[in-house]
Amino acid sequence: MSVISEEQGTQAIQPIVAAAQRIGVEVAAPAAEDVDARSRFPQEAIDAMRDAGLLRALIPVELGGLGCTLKEVASAVTELGRHCSSAAMVYAMHQIQVACLVRHARSPQLLDFIRDVADRGLLLASATTEVGIGGDVRSSTCAVLGQNGQFELTKQAPVISYGQYADAVLATARRDPESPPNDQVLVVCRRENLQLEEKSSWDALGFRGTCSLGFILRATGPRTDIVDDPYGDISSQTMLPVSHILWSSLWLGIATAASDKARKFVQAAARKTPGTVPPNALRLAELTNVLSQLHHVVIGTRTRYAEVADDPDQTTSIGFAVSMNALKVSASTLVVDIVQRALLICGMAGYANHSPFTLGRLLRDAYGAQLMVNNDRINANNAQLLLVARES
Amino acid sequence: MDADVRSVLSAHGRLPIDVDTLSADADLYRAGLTSHASVNVMLALEDTFDVEFPDSMLRKSTFESITAITAALTQLGAATPSRV
Ligand SMILES: Cc1cc2nc3c(=O)[nH]c(=O)nc-3n(C[C@H](O)[C@H](O)[C@H](O)COP(=O)(O)OP(=O)(O)OC[C@H]3O[C@@H](n4cnc5c(N)ncnc54)[C@H](O)[C@@H]3O)c2cc1C
Repeated sequence: MSVISEEQGTQAIQPIVAAAQRIGVEVAAPAAEDVDARSRFPQEAIDAMRDAGLLRALIPVELGGLGCTLKEVASAVTELGRHCSSAAMVYAMHQIQVACLVRHARSPQLLDFIRDVADRGLLLASATTEVGIGGDVRSSTCAVLGQNGQFELTKQAPVISYGQYADAVLATARRDPESPPNDQVLVVCRRENLQLEEKSSWDALGFRGTCSLGFILRATGPRTDIVDDPYGDISSQTMLPVSHILWSSLWLGIATAASDKARKFVQAAARKTPGTVPPNALRLAELTNVLSQLHHVVIGTRTRYAEVADDPDQTTSIGFAVSMNALKVSASTLVVDIVQRALLICGMAGYANHSPFTLGRLLRDAYGAQLMVNNDRINANNAQLLLVARES
Repeated sequence: MDADVRSVLSAHGRLPIDVDTLSADADLYRAGLTSHASVNVMLALEDTFDVEFPDSMLRKSTFESITAITAALTQLGAATPSRV
């Protein structure tokens, strides 16, 4: 279990977190090795999440969802992340898209779509990155075309995680062909209106079960499927903070799993030599300090967002953007540090691919964290914002 | 003040169109103002008008139009540019 309890221990565990724990242990963990070895979609874990209502957790009750808070969903992501990073990442990415729709979609058609996501357990994917713009997701080359209330969109997407398994892909594009690169909208591309032409395969170092292939996305549909708010607002108020919060919650799960292995390894050694503290115990103490840092930055930023999430004046402020960016950079760096410390503690048992203490997959997954929107890019953004920031 | 704000915007806003063709109420973000460029605009405004935007004004809405920028500057007591 985690070192520090978010709710200070008094509250009972939330049903959705309990469900995530159960699915993590019973479904995701037993499949994780095969998911990783074959770079395949964690179908059984996603099916179990759908059955347990996890895919509709963030949707308000009046639209057919469970009305959970982001904090609850984030805790669920951490639980899943302890057992299969890929399944947890698919879940986190889906929730990021749901959060954007729930806050920024108002057309009756999109509200019906949200009800569908809740009723049928639809899975949503994301195409924000585009060939040629690198990781700068606040600018698009492609634009929404079409007339008479219909849209047409073609986007060269270098990565759409689990694109082939998704029921809809939310894609960014310029509002129209005359718009500047940063005047973007978010388009809901439903599976029945969507063609994905594979452009690259997915055989990567980590997060292998996310099946993050490159595609040419071609979509059509009614213009009412374009999310109402400008993407700039969606990004600063919801997509960026929610992404950083859910991703870092997942990295906390990876770090916790690594720490659990290290602790069990040290405790096993201690049982063999009662009366002496094994030398690795000191390293475990150090690891626990870093895990506690990660825990605090994740929970603290989660709490900060919960306090201001519905106040656009706050969520579009510079101080807020800086702190959400700082969360991503710190958490993605600390997770690697923690898994590496666990590896030193477990030694060859951690280095071996088949041992109860193996850390290879966790280490490889942890390295993906700094690249999912490159930390250099995020630090460069913060460097710019800090030139005018006043308060932290 | 409108003219001085426009000259700061054309020097630092990196807008893909001529700033003088924009109405005072036009949405600058829709016109192509990025958050990067808005930081430069902010710095240049502070230098030109010899003011400092307080934390409460460091948000998107302050820079969304020429009218919003002039209103913010007026609120800060900026009058004529300290330099030309
Ligand atoms: C497992 C995984 C799943 C993903 N799934 C999706 C998905 O489903 N949908 C989606 O849209 N995206 C997804 N992404 C994110 C996306 O693929 C990457 O964030 C994005 O494509 C960046 O790719 P890049 O590293 O090539 O480019 P960059 O971000 O450009 O980084 C490459 C290098 O260029 C440098 N660099 C370039 N420009 C700058 C700059 N302005 N400032 C500082 N440094 C710079 C960086 O330091 C870095 O070394 C996923 C990423 C991962 C790891």
